[in-house]
Amino acid sequence: MARASFHTAVNLLAFALIGTAILAFTYAQTHDKIAQSEEAEKLKLISQIVPQDMFDNDIIKDTQQIKADALLGNDGTTTAYRARLLDKPSVLVLEAVAPDGYSGRITLLVAIKSNGELAGVRVVSHKETPGLGDYIEIARSNWIKGFDGKSATQPGDWKVKKDGGQFDYMAGATITPRAVVKAVHKALQYFELHHDALFAPSDPIKGKKP
Amino acid sequence: MTYQEFKDILYNGVWKQNTGVVQLLGMCPILAVSSTVVNGVSLGLATALVMALSSAAIAPIRTIVPNEARIPVFILIIAVLVTVVQYLMNAYMYSLYVVLGIFIPLIVTNCIVLARIEAFAAKNPPMQSAMDGMAMGLGLTAVLAVLGAMREIAGHGTLLSGIDMALGESAKSLVITVIPNYHGFLLAILPPGAFIALGLLIAGKNWLNLRAEAKARSAAIQAVQTQAA
Repeated sequence: MARASFHTAVNLLAFALIGTAILAFTYAQTHDKIAQSEEAEKLKLISQIVPQDMFDNDIIKDTQQIKADALLGNDGTTTAYRARLLDKPSVLVLEAVAPDGYSGRITLLVAIKSNGELAGVRVVSHKETPGLGDYIEIARSNWIKGFDGKSATQPGDWKVKKDGGQFDYMAGATITPRAVVKAVHKALQYFELHHDALFAPSDPIKGKKP
Repeated sequence: MTYQEFKDILYNGVWKQNTGVVQLLGMCPILAVSSTVVNGVSLGLATALVMALSSAAIAPIRTIVPNEARIPVFILIIAVLVTVVQYLMNAYMYSLYVVLGIFIPLIVTNCIVLARIEAFAAKNPPMQSAMDGMAMGLGLTAVLAVLGAMREIAGHGTLLSGIDMALGESAKSLVITVIPNYHGFLLAILPPGAFIALGLLIAGKNWLNLRAEAKARSAAIQAVQTQAA
């Protein structure tokens, strides 16, 4: 009996070791390529909202860590990407979260020019109803481009048209654009408050607890 | 492996014991990823690859593994292979990996993989086992493809949308718009659409079976009658 269990244990151990070796090998082989793909994907998204002629630095490397803040809606620390032209700050790319989408959180990437104007907004992830609330994706409609050129004070009424504001919405799905509009507006306010610190080569920015 | 064996295993996996519409195993991924053809086929092929590899890996060691330790060892091997596939997809098909996301690690828990290993690979030589895993996986892929096509046409009015995620930007021209200016049919894309479409598929398969049976029976009766006459 004891011999049988010993035999089983050795067997399991041997297979665990072989399995670990195979995994370690594959990880080592694919690790660089995965990091590259992830970076390329991020850059692709960022370059959609940051105009090519507005930066000459390596955006992916020039980052600032941002602590959780009620205005951004982020739970943990997020990374902001900083575009510079001739060493002057030009555009900041922030991650913002709209917590009140129709089915949960909507994560946005918001690019703000140093003068406080929006360069562009993109949805990174969402769980809105397919075919109904998903027109916030650039792949589905141009709705999200409606933010281009807006700033915290321009227009004065940051609301969807149904609530007496400026922004379009589609009948049947008002909660989704309402959440996105609110989140983008708050991100702009955050930017106004922390403008200098965001571009400074300094420590992480402390946020206000929600 | 003889040609007859090859044919039997293939027929068994793809049609007679089809995992999707006959055995009804692995329903969770079938219902979840079949919203478009590309998603369905991609996960189907990933599952087929894992099934073929794990069957091939387990068949040669089936006599070494002590009987009481066989389930943990099998699961370990499946998990290793799935993780390898996951790394490879993450590295070389990043955007598809993002879409299929959590369903790839979940291949490990897909009961069809372990079921085939227990039922076949643990009792048969490596070549046959690999073939069985592959055939079962292809049967699953076929169901996912048909289901994905039904839901995509009804839901979006397109076919093969998102193929650029698997084959790169240049493949975008392969997307077929079946119904132009289609406003979409929400039910088909949501989970209930998957249940309804799968139900129709199972009904179709059963109808074909019944018809084949009836045909065989009437042929047999005729044969008896001609003999009697």
